[in-house]
Amino acid sequence: MAKQYVDMNTPVIEMRNIVKRFGNFTANDGINLTVHKGEIHAILGENGAGKSTLMNQLYGLLKPTSGDILVNGKKIVMNNPRDAIDAGIGMVHQHFMLIQPFTVTENIVLGTEPTKGVKLDMAAARKNVVEISERYGLSIDPDAKIEDISVGMQQRVEILKALYRGADILILDEPTSSLTPQEITELIAIMHNLVKDGKSIIIITHKLKEIKESADFCTIIRMGKYIDTVDVDKVDENDLAAMMVGRKVTFKVDKPEQEPGEVVLDVKDLHCLDYRGIEIVKGLNLQVRRGEIVGIAGIDGNGQTELVEVITGLRKGTSGQVLVNGADVFNKSPSYGFNHGVSSIPADRQKHGLVLDFSIEDNLILQNFEKSPFAKNNVLQRDPIFAHATQSIEKYDIRPGNSEKRPAGTLSGGNQQKVIIAREVQNDKDLLIAVNPTRGLDVGAIEYVHKYIVEQRNKGKAVLLVSFELDEIMSLSDIIDVIFDGQIVASIPGKDANENDLGLMMAGGGKKA
Amino acid sequence: MTRKKSFLEVIAENRFIHILLSIFLGFLVGAVFLSIMGLSVSAAYGRLISSVTSLKGFSYVIVYSVPYIVAGLSVAFSFKTGVFNIGAEGQFVVGSMAAACVGILAGSLPKPILIPLCFLAAMAAGAVWGIIVGVLKTKWGINEVLSMIMFNWIAFYLSNFIAGIPAIKNDGTAEATKNISDNASLLFSKDFIKSMGLAPTANWGFLVAIVVTLIVWFVIEKTTLGYELKAVGANKFAAEYGGINVNRSILTALAISGALAGLAGALQLMGMGKRISIFSSQEGFGFAGIVVALIGCSNPFGVLVAGIFYGGLMYGGSKLNLEGVPTQLISVIVGTVVFFIAISVIFENLGRFSTHANRNAEAAADKTAHEQQQKEDEKK
Amino acid sequence: MTNFVNSLGIILFATLVYATPLLYGALGSCFSEVSGVVNIGIEGMMTAGAFTGTVVAYFTGNPWIGFLCGGLAGAFFGMLHAVATVNLGADQTIAGTAINMLGPGIVIMLAKVLFDSTDTIPLTASQKIPKLFAGVFDTSTVFGRFMDNVFANYVSTYLVFIAVVIVWFVFYKTRFGLRLRACGEHPQACETLGINVIAMRFACVCISGFLAGLGGACVTMTISTQFRPISIVGQGFIAIAAVIFGKFRPQGALIGCLLFGFCSGLKVVLGGSSGVNMHLISMIPYVVTVIVLVLFVGKSRVPAANGKPYIKAK
Repeated sequence: MAKQYVDMNTPVIEMRNIVKRFGNFTANDGINLTVHKGEIHAILGENGAGKSTLMNQLYGLLKPTSGDILVNGKKIVMNNPRDAIDAGIGMVHQHFMLIQPFTVTENIVLGTEPTKGVKLDMAAARKNVVEISERYGLSIDPDAKIEDISVGMQQRVEILKALYRGADILILDEPTSSLTPQEITELIAIMHNLVKDGKSIIIITHKLKEIKESADFCTIIRMGKYIDTVDVDKVDENDLAAMMVGRKVTFKVDKPEQEPGEVVLDVKDLHCLDYRGIEIVKGLNLQVRRGEIVGIAGIDGNGQTELVEVITGLRKGTSGQVLVNGADVFNKSPSYGFNHGVSSIPADRQKHGLVLDFSIEDNLILQNFEKSPFAKNNVLQRDPIFAHATQSIEKYDIRPGNSEKRPAGTLSGGNQQKVIIAREVQNDKDLLIAVNPTRGLDVGAIEYVHKYIVEQRNKGKAVLLVSFELDEIMSLSDIIDVIFDGQIVASIPGKDANENDLGLMMAGGGKKA
Repeated sequence: MTRKKSFLEVIAENRFIHILLSIFLGFLVGAVFLSIMGLSVSAAYGRLISSVTSLKGFSYVIVYSVPYIVAGLSVAFSFKTGVFNIGAEGQFVVGSMAAACVGILAGSLPKPILIPLCFLAAMAAGAVWGIIVGVLKTKWGINEVLSMIMFNWIAFYLSNFIAGIPAIKNDGTAEATKNISDNASLLFSKDFIKSMGLAPTANWGFLVAIVVTLIVWFVIEKTTLGYELKAVGANKFAAEYGGINVNRSILTALAISGALAGLAGALQLMGMGKRISIFSSQEGFGFAGIVVALIGCSNPFGVLVAGIFYGGLMYGGSKLNLEGVPTQLISVIVGTVVFFIAISVIFENLGRFSTHANRNAEAAADKTAHEQQQKEDEKK
Repeated sequence: MTNFVNSLGIILFATLVYATPLLYGALGSCFSEVSGVVNIGIEGMMTAGAFTGTVVAYFTGNPWIGFLCGGLAGAFFGMLHAVATVNLGADQTIAGTAINMLGPGIVIMLAKVLFDSTDTIPLTASQKIPKLFAGVFDTSTVFGRFMDNVFANYVSTYLVFIAVVIVWFVFYKTRFGLRLRACGEHPQACETLGINVIAMRFACVCISGFLAGLGGACVTMTISTQFRPISIVGQGFIAIAAVIFGKFRPQGALIGCLLFGFCSGLKVVLGGSSGVNMHLISMIPYVVTVIVLVLFVGKSRVPAANGKPYIKAK
């Protein structure tokens, strides 16, 4: 980056020695941040490092325990987002803050609606929205409902929300987490447009490549502490990574060469509808053999979620076959699939993976609570259940220890995932399906999860991996199947894959005839 | 943490103490109302206490409490399994009527057969009432609160209709059913009641209530069925993922909850009612069950105690007019108790007076905010 | 034919009479539920409104002051519910249950004290809410009788239909409405846009109580002309049912209430003439509601954040 638009004499944001405590936990411990006019400033840190907490204070959602915030050189105390908005700050949250049944226009103007008398002036609102979207080159459909538009457009709506309020300083929280490589390129172009216009952008991310591509400066935070602010041009990705985690990291997963065995999962000409009744899986074919990891690469919304739901019995398909070890589990119950060899690490561990109010020991027997030794004559046998939990907690390093009776909801995300892995791996099924298994986990936990997935493959299990993290797919998979528009459009050996080709195919560009 | 907890922290953390505080505040608010209306607090509360503390009075309390306990168990069971059985009222009514029909039409059967038969009929009727709502929910997605409200009224008019059928209707002028056969009665023998000086309606119902409490506790806490139903109640998505048939579980939970409410109706009839009147408005045993379940924290043993407490208030309340005090004082007291149970977070905040607890509470608030965020994420 | 027109007139009259208080309650329920707060306390708020409306009309002799005070009494209990659920994050069902006990308990107790141990408060004709177009139509003709039945109706009935339009307008055409619907869907999003979710919900629950109170008042101040402990028996719950039936929209709730009122009207006519058992006929509105739900309405989409306390992080 040339820093061509940065005005180093005009700091727009200064955060000085920010400390934020939650009870005994210190989320931010003396953080400094200076952002100038026309600057793209990245904030880098692992999950849980305190990036979002810092930005929530800048946006008035949280109050600092101590420290000062200066906007355009003036010290400001922000009690709520209104104050931040008035100071010219806008924030695009990682999890979009959009009202699903409302239209794009309604979402953008909400909170600063134009009125005519007592009546909402939706015509004026729509006109303003169209105007501003054209000015910044952010294409949207002003009349579509949020629930009907793509994630990329939802993000543009979020950016427009901030611009509509006259924001000069934009905070983007993990803006690329659900975008295609092409959409990411587009976003970066938008960001450059905005700084050209004199805006400043703070981008929160843990993706090093994007920082190199877009940012002028980067501030690194580790475990709540300020590490450094660097000129992005003067460092490389390895330097950034080392500063982020505090040690050298290897992105490679060791995986011995191995000949796959017979087919375990065979999906033939599968069709199914999404929740709106629109066909989303459109004649999909897929095979997974013993001893291999098949990774499904694709952008959210191309049918991968529904595919997994049909295989695991949570969703009814319209036609096709799903053979597991030769038995057709298509449109059968989840327990039928389970009994025929399907186990899975679900995408949403808190929704599908765990009963958060249940203890760890009870969560560990979710599929087996009726079976011996955990039940006898329909009465739960507490001793074997407890012993099973003790052994699992030890073997899978679930922390804190001795937590058999603790509600699963009190564990950290990584340890919740360990509970699920302990349960699913010990079920010892021939097919393991893992969907976004490392979402929201820190580096240590990610390594742990990857280790177990590869171990299953090495033991001769068939593994189907669905992930929106292309890096994860590329480093783990023996075979990468690209899903686009409800079909597998390409199947490539993992070692031959490169990110650009995959990205193109994920966006429908490389569809083979 | 070895530091001794302060008094306020103990209060802040103990659910049981919150309930006791709520009850205290309920009586306090009741006293305020009495004073405002120029009535004697000591006379009213004195009457309340004196009427339930004699042996005879207490036996009345026990008799009164039986339907409340069992209806409370019905609602508590539904809470544990993730549904809100606002339909206990209707299930109670159909259960009671089913027991009455059996108790009248099959009155010649011997006691050891007739009594269980009445219980079974009542439980079956209540279960059916629950299952209908369950089917509407699982098959057509009809909101269960809505259909329960409808079926409460359908039960009410059905009961009134059956009470008017010639085979069931009282031979005299009373707008009510015939009395159930003595063989269907749970009353203690007259001699025993007389010799012990108990209430004339003293009966075996309380024993049944205790047994049912134990069974409900056992099913919820110890069995695979309880595990399954609780899992569905706590997180139906995870339960489904784990292979549990969610719809079947919902139906089972509603059937059991309905059967319990139906049984409560039978116990009320066979213990003290003897016959069912044609009513002009709902009697409210099922709604009382909701209150009892709330005061009892949905814990079966808690419900047992809360049911006796409620029965005591109902019986004691019926004596209040002797002091010129409206019986609605009881509704005010109980309503206040439930209100404070709802906002028991204020008791938790009492602990804020000590700095340590202050930090805990903040952490808890943050945790809640964090969980909310996660829930938002889940929807995505 | 004459009989038919007469019957139809009576049915329509009864439809309106039954539907009016339900509609007030249902509009109230809409405000609360759509903003994200479950309010099963509508019943208790209606009872409070019924009592207060009657008593104030009794003492002042002015039905309009009574009617308004009925609304305010409902709003008072709405405020209690709001403090518990919106400010203190209480379980909304438990708090609503408490309101349903407190409302009737307090007012009936007051009634007994104020009126010397009787809990029935009668109103004279001048203390009632007046009828509009009374005596305008010539009731000697069939047509006139029909018109009289349908249009010579209580002012409160005309008002509630205006209220439906106003509430619809507020919900879908004003800034307040857009925000209140947003609060029921995604309160966190509202907070990030500087909308005060707590204040919005607080206001909506109070409005909810006010409308429910008006509904209660028009039960006792129109046809029945007296307050009795059983003046409000389940109307509040039926109003809630109508809102779920109407998919949480005021116009949908209107249809729900009219359907329910119509069936009740049918009940009046059939009960008078046919030999069918009165109690079975009384079941009609409830059975029809269930059937219509299954056949035509189906699943009702609940506002996404309905029932979930919103706790602001500090």
